[in-house]
Amino acid sequence: MRYLPLTPEDRANMLAVIGAKSAEDFYTDVPAAARLKTKIAGLPDHQGELAVERYMIKLAARNRSASSGPFFVGAGAYKHHVPASVDMILQRSEFLTTYTPYQPEIAQGTLQTLFEFQTQVAALTAMDVANASMYDGSTACAEAAVMAARVTKRKKIILSGGLHPHYAAATRLLCEAQGLTVVQLPIAIDGEGALAEAADGETACVIGQSPNVFGTVTDLSDVAKSAHDKGALLVSVFTEAVSLGLVTPPGEMGADITAGEGQSIGNGLNFGGPYVGLFACKDKLVRQMPGRLCGETVDADGNRGFVLTLSTREQHIRRDKATSNICTNSGLCALAFTSHMTLLGGKGLKQLAELNHEAACELADALGAMKGVEILTPRFFNEFAFRTPVDAEAVLAMLDEAGVVGGVRASRLFPDGHMGDVIIAAATECTTADDIAAYVTALKEII
Amino acid sequence: MSMNTQGRPTAPAAISTPTIETVSGSRGLLQHEDLLFEIGTSETTGVDLPKPKGLKSRLGGVTRKVDTGLPGLSEPQAVRHYMRLSQKNYAIDLGLFPLGSCTMKHNPRLNEKMARLPGFADIHPLQPQATVQGALQLIDELATWLKTLTGMPSVAMSPKAGAHGELCGMLAIRQALIARGESETRKRVLVPESAHGTNPATAVQCGFIVDEIKANKRGRVDMDDLKSKLVRTDDIAGIMLTNPNTCGLFETDIKAIADLIHAAGGYFYCDGANFNAIVGRVRPGDLGVDAMHINLHKTFSTPHGGGGPGSGPTVFSEALAPFAPVPFVVKDEDGFYRLVEQTEGAAKDSFGRMVAFHGQMGMFVRALTYMLSHGADGLKQVAEDAVLNANYIQARLKHVMTPAFEGFCMHEALFSDAFTADGIETIDIAKALIDEGYHPMTMYFPLVVHGAMLIEPTETESKAELDRFCDALESIARRAAQGDDTLRGAPYLAPAKRLDETRAARKPVLKWTAPSSERVAAE
Repeated sequence: MRYLPLTPEDRANMLAVIGAKSAEDFYTDVPAAARLKTKIAGLPDHQGELAVERYMIKLAARNRSASSGPFFVGAGAYKHHVPASVDMILQRSEFLTTYTPYQPEIAQGTLQTLFEFQTQVAALTAMDVANASMYDGSTACAEAAVMAARVTKRKKIILSGGLHPHYAAATRLLCEAQGLTVVQLPIAIDGEGALAEAADGETACVIGQSPNVFGTVTDLSDVAKSAHDKGALLVSVFTEAVSLGLVTPPGEMGADITAGEGQSIGNGLNFGGPYVGLFACKDKLVRQMPGRLCGETVDADGNRGFVLTLSTREQHIRRDKATSNICTNSGLCALAFTSHMTLLGGKGLKQLAELNHEAACELADALGAMKGVEILTPRFFNEFAFRTPVDAEAVLAMLDEAGVVGGVRASRLFPDGHMGDVIIAAATECTTADDIAAYVTALKEII
Repeated sequence: MSMNTQGRPTAPAAISTPTIETVSGSRGLLQHEDLLFEIGTSETTGVDLPKPKGLKSRLGGVTRKVDTGLPGLSEPQAVRHYMRLSQKNYAIDLGLFPLGSCTMKHNPRLNEKMARLPGFADIHPLQPQATVQGALQLIDELATWLKTLTGMPSVAMSPKAGAHGELCGMLAIRQALIARGESETRKRVLVPESAHGTNPATAVQCGFIVDEIKANKRGRVDMDDLKSKLVRTDDIAGIMLTNPNTCGLFETDIKAIADLIHAAGGYFYCDGANFNAIVGRVRPGDLGVDAMHINLHKTFSTPHGGGGPGSGPTVFSEALAPFAPVPFVVKDEDGFYRLVEQTEGAAKDSFGRMVAFHGQMGMFVRALTYMLSHGADGLKQVAEDAVLNANYIQARLKHVMTPAFEGFCMHEALFSDAFTADGIETIDIAKALIDEGYHPMTMYFPLVVHGAMLIEPTETESKAELDRFCDALESIARRAAQGDDTLRGAPYLAPAKRLDETRAARKPVLKWTAPSSERVAAE
């Protein structure tokens, strides 16, 4: 076994030092009936690197990768280019194979990158303070809702009709488990504005998304005002972090908390995970925040250094009184985010955002010009919904046969939403003119 | 003949080492590195992007008013920035990382290579299922491994980390109680005082009330205390018990505990953080467990990445399986792998969806690669060697340190601070280990042992590494017993001295802000 350094002779010598006859002696506390005499049946024995690699390559070959052809799937995860240096940084052992920075004297590398990450996220979202990351956008959204309930001491959470349904589901689950009431506004492509009418005196927060799951961008300033008038908070959600380079960010709209998905910057698609949740809020709410926070301090010599801080919010100190049960964050994905963001800079991000927007505009123009196709999203960044004259599932299957992965059918996300003819399509900087032409050509054959 | 013809000295001069102050702030190979915001400019970018065409915007005026102002770095600057920072980190690839309960084992590089295959890394969670059959098959096969290794009939793959797996398990218990019509009455969850903090925090997140049970003198659940908590049973939702527990010991009475909880009408949640001690040798399904999360980043070697991402698939008994979350993968009769994403049909009793998409695929690829590499025979050896290594450390150090409990341990050795002289704390021993070139053990946890030091070597350490570590810790322990005051200043040789955590918390500085002179100039 290539990963096990002990030799039979080592094991014998060690057992002698310990005063045990065999490893069986260590398992005598296990009920006899539960002690397995032999290796577990039904699983193969160990294999060499070559054999394992062959097998995994075979499995991987049964999947169509996003880079292998025209690809327009978004709805919460986006195909972007990641610079080669980002992955090289991630594979540095000192980042890859270390733990949560509990011992700051030998973890200043991780801690400084987290401090930089927090600064970048706060600037991108135009919020006061960001944490050191969450599992992903959907769990960040759920945590934002229960945080709003803690802050306001109220129990009603209102979700917009454009919130990603997976985010809505995760949020509803956590809220209801804690005895909160969740109100889901009717599904609507341009539905965020309805939140302005929704809050009442019992509302902890309204949760809106921009760009929303249908790609619609919305200025939530009026929603924030009306929520604040009722003593409620605005939680502003996003799933496409690149949009922050161009679209009005949560802080400029008066959001109290923002929760978003950071996958688009530095992280690959990875079939849905691991991703990196972004979480930021106003200064005055920081002590109610979930998750790890990195803060600046000095060491015994007076030199600047960084530590995990405000841990009195957290489960390892507060146990049943903690703000959240979160222990792990998404450290390595946060490193991917921050290192890609460092390469981009604010200027590069803005340019990237413009390229994304233009690619989507060109796609919308090309599809919208086709007979029977109706673009449904009124204002969009890099994604929009459109109606086809044929059932969306059939359209996507036929596009697939033509080598075009054409988007997500809305009915997969909203099975009860009467959206059987709606497709949500995204374009990014990876989308070429040829990709768009291929989409149009293939779609022409179908409709 | 010497190549040195200009009189360059080729041997060191006999000069004693002075105190060296450097102008650059660097110390030889250890480079000083300022914050990104102090070295980058807002005009710099390290990517070459095409120029936008200037098309008419379709954002409807929903545009950013104030630029981020974030600095960028060119690629060579960026690579150097992160490389210099990396040098300030300790890592498993540098040496033994004996952080108890965290299972810092070697992360095989084959796992990384496989996770980067475009067929896994570059596929979208919502692309048509016909185009991701290999990915769904991989999830299904990993699920089979997990079910077989634990002897449990069902597994939820979507939890994002260990604590998220706990949430998954407790939400399933909540859902089962709802189905029984008892969710409003059965609110009490028993949690040993030695438990990891996530356990009580998770129970409360799910609306339960935590009732702590004591540990006995042997570091296990105090059965008398447990029974006293079960005099009343109609409000019992279940128990959250870590096994092997956080003291590194197997719960001797586990079957009796399971029976008592079941008799009380509750469910048995097992925290599987320490599954690595028993994998391949004991199946939790044989112990009466109803739900257990498995940290793929512990037992199955996916990298910890400086604090995540983790992955916490959660296995279920027959009693809880119907309530497990969506999505999950099923294999149809024609061999097609299909995702069940809605709470209907086979998933009609599911408690719902706890996260976007299908789980930590990147971690699944790594974990399955690890399992295939080890096989059933290798995994059994993994558990044995992990336990052997921990017992070896305990045996080598028990004469100079104070073992918290008598007898053999499982995968980690636990010591109290009873052996230290007055004025020397656990933290001083931990920090002194840094000077010896090691990451410290877990300190002050579990809470049931005073000044706890929890040492978990894992199976991927050689005997020579263990001996070198024991020699170092033995020497520190002797100094601690003698009251060597210099320990209180350790570490002396790390990239930073001890950090002032009180100051950090009192007036939190959680992001960089431009020095005031720059701000004035900008205004």
